[in-house]
Amino acid sequence: MEWETVIGLEIHTQLATSSKIFSGASTTYGAEPNTQACAVDLGLPGVLPVLNADVVRMAAKFGLATHSTVARRSVFDRKNYFYPDLPKGYQISQLALPIVHDGYLDIDLEDGSSKRIGITRAHLEEDAGKSLHESFHGMTGIDLNRAGTPLLEIVSEPELRSAREAVAYMRKIHSLVRYLDISDGNMQEGSFRCDANVSVRPLGQQEFGTRAEIKNINSFRFVEQAINLEVERQIMLIESGGMVVQETRLFDPDRHETRPMRSKEEANDYRYFPDPDLLPVELDDEFIEAVRNTLPELPDARKARFVSEHGLSDYDAGVLTATRELADYFEAVVVASGGLGKLSANWVMGELSGALNKSDGDINDSPVSAAALGVMLQRIEDGTISGKLAKQVFEAMWNGEGSADEVIEQQGLKQISDSSAIEAIITEVLHNNPQQIEQYRAGQQKLFGFFVGQVMKATQGKANPKQVNELLKKLLES
Amino acid sequence: MHQKTLVELSADLRKGTCSSEELTRACLDRISSYDGELNCFVTVVEQQALAAAKAADARIKAGTAAPLTGIPFAHKDIFCTRGVKTSCGSRMLDNFIAPYDATVTRKLLEAGAVMLGKTNMDEFAMGSSNETSFYGAVKNPWDAATVPGGSSGGSAAAVAARLVPASTGTDTGGSIRQPAALCGITGIKPTYGRVSRYGMIAFASSLDQGGAFTRTAEDAAVMLAAMAGFDERDSTSVDRPVDDYMAGLNAPLQGLKIGLPKEYFGEGLDAGVAAAIEAALDEYRKLGATLVDITLPNTHLSVPAYYVVAPAECSSNLSRFDGVRFGYRASEPQDLEDLYTRSRGEGFGDEVKRRILVGTYALSAGYYDAYYLQAQKVRRLIRDDFLRAFEQVDVIMGPTAPSVAFKLGEKADDPVSMYLSDIYTIAVNLAGLPAISVPAGFSDGLPVGLHVVGNYFDEARLLNVGHQYQQATDWHTHSPQGF
Repeated sequence: MEWETVIGLEIHTQLATSSKIFSGASTTYGAEPNTQACAVDLGLPGVLPVLNADVVRMAAKFGLATHSTVARRSVFDRKNYFYPDLPKGYQISQLALPIVHDGYLDIDLEDGSSKRIGITRAHLEEDAGKSLHESFHGMTGIDLNRAGTPLLEIVSEPELRSAREAVAYMRKIHSLVRYLDISDGNMQEGSFRCDANVSVRPLGQQEFGTRAEIKNINSFRFVEQAINLEVERQIMLIESGGMVVQETRLFDPDRHETRPMRSKEEANDYRYFPDPDLLPVELDDEFIEAVRNTLPELPDARKARFVSEHGLSDYDAGVLTATRELADYFEAVVVASGGLGKLSANWVMGELSGALNKSDGDINDSPVSAAALGVMLQRIEDGTISGKLAKQVFEAMWNGEGSADEVIEQQGLKQISDSSAIEAIITEVLHNNPQQIEQYRAGQQKLFGFFVGQVMKATQGKANPKQVNELLKKLLES
Repeated sequence: MHQKTLVELSADLRKGTCSSEELTRACLDRISSYDGELNCFVTVVEQQALAAAKAADARIKAGTAAPLTGIPFAHKDIFCTRGVKTSCGSRMLDNFIAPYDATVTRKLLEAGAVMLGKTNMDEFAMGSSNETSFYGAVKNPWDAATVPGGSSGGSAAAVAARLVPASTGTDTGGSIRQPAALCGITGIKPTYGRVSRYGMIAFASSLDQGGAFTRTAEDAAVMLAAMAGFDERDSTSVDRPVDDYMAGLNAPLQGLKIGLPKEYFGEGLDAGVAAAIEAALDEYRKLGATLVDITLPNTHLSVPAYYVVAPAECSSNLSRFDGVRFGYRASEPQDLEDLYTRSRGEGFGDEVKRRILVGTYALSAGYYDAYYLQAQKVRRLIRDDFLRAFEQVDVIMGPTAPSVAFKLGEKADDPVSMYLSDIYTIAVNLAGLPAISVPAGFSDGLPVGLHVVGNYFDEARLLNVGHQYQQATDWHTHSPQGF
């Protein structure tokens, strides 16, 4: 039987505020345990939450960027359950009235087409602390630094049909939150993680199969692996006469499997109810318009502009707009080069990306600034250096040997474009190779390349290739 | 000295006829003489109080004193006080030294008031008799065999016994007004949102409100002025200027329209209490007020709605008491489940457990709509009843409690009968309105309280209405025998 995969993602993205969602404590990552937890985060008797206004602005920004409704009225609810790293015994979240709902995002598929994925909702909530199981013999340590960190939970419609699509969607959301400057998207630090709801059904069937929820996946690679493993497991299970159970599962990358986290019998009744300590969040048009005015140019719009403005292909524009940083870098190169769009794209996607890959860095780590690269491209364009020597110049710049002009000067890489000088060199080359001239004139046209090579060799590659070609042709035929 | 009111003492301090240190010592002496029997205090902070009194004396001398500077008072043990045990009347917090001050604590500290200690209360403010406290029952100074009311029983009894001129309290369903009535003193619960809840240990967040006990309405005006105001740490506090509560105290009551809900004078009301209230209403008539019969048709729904909303919120609010970070922890827990069940099982008393269970049930999947949501709808009906009434009248009056102080142990095993002692006060919390209870005579030798309910943020009027009555009567000056 042919099976169809159905996936919905719940992405938890940490909002990049300096303080927590309901307290003034810092959100900086990596501090000593429990040094960034104030009375409110500790859930001391008598403390009360106060909503951080930045969190609301960031959520609204996300809503506007995904064509969603930004709710005029949203409500915080308490999700009640006991866990040692949940200080109050409840998590403040949003259930019935989330701040953002009913939007969409277009993702690019591998065949070049695009697909629209519905965003059911995005709601605000506080993160819990961490339980530390290592280095406490027979006991568990609790670190509440993360407790109260603001999260935006973005829930997609079950419209993703493969692990690849899920990854494309997750990457797009990741890129978007960074474009919007509402999250650092740091997956190692847990600022961006997801739960995947996965089910399968016979191809053509309308009804959904029973789903399993894979919790807390924190890399694109793991999302793809976890979903593929789970799909395989479910299909095998059904085909061997079994039934998928609705449950929460854990992805174990080391053992390459998903396995149940807790059974149904332990399922919590969260007893959600509106948090009486917080007022409903009421937003007016003025606020929403003010947020709209802070929206940067979004990836899709930027991509279209790169195509029309810089003459790039769809593919190149897509690559260059994948992250805000890369797109910003590219545009800065274009400006510094005096408008060389295509050439800038080739260099950013070619030499620069190659060098970054080799050094395992990203665009923020580039030792060559956009401005410096732009100047180098100008030198190609104005004929100071050839495209071939430019690679040598770039390598020197990468190694910190100075600006393009300095490297060209130091290494004497300036192109020879003086016709009389080139002509003199050609004359000498011809003089030294009388035999080859005879053969050429006898019809061995391919020897033209030999003469070009000899000229380049004599000039250490600095002769202007175009002029060499012209002059050589003239002299050979005279 | 102990028979003087707060306002009189404040004047004496300013005139220099006594010092705060003398006054504080006198109160501490009375506490050590009488509190062994009454059990009003969980904690007395003698050294801290004397140091605060000396600082207050210096401030008075420097001429920078506020009206409360140098006045001794007691805090209900529900307000967090930095460095001082804040038990909430529970074994669960018997070891809890608050690391921070509640907003109310801070404001009274800044006003220069001298805290003598923390008063006994029903555990987590759940009770109407002060019998659910881990620290034992409080005795009513009028009759040691009766209860002082609750949950702020210690605060009320301490003022009634003239141990302190004023104390703080909290009121979720009547916890200031009912003990004020049963102890023959004045107690005010302001509009929800008028006094910050920050640092006030939550019982039911949407109903809890801090207030004060004093002997007179005039004293209550001074206390409330210091406690009230917007607090950015409490999102439910209201950003609106605090009225000048002293300015209008002496306004005549000529033309005041008093609403008398027929629901407050029906079945269940003790005859002696009814007679005292009738007499009080006559007094108001003499003061120029008009009495208007009104109806609050949804009154009968208030107790059931309250006993869904309050336990639901409490079941969630009390989840943080899990033995993990602070408070009581069971010894030698076997695992996490054991840590939770025994810490909570051993740390909480029966009434608290009862309400957590009821609340957990009311919020459970499948019951939420039928109970919690329904109760919230009833709440709206009750509020609408009041709003309609206030289109017709300026204040609403009735008895604060259906009977005078009952015997210790009398209702301890009958929760429903206990819950009914708050039948007249609960609707006010559900609507979030302000109300005051003032002494209005006696029945069988025990005090009766007159309940006056005002419109939102009409505290100044309630204080005026209470003060004018106290100018015409002397019930508030009666002190229990032996005190």
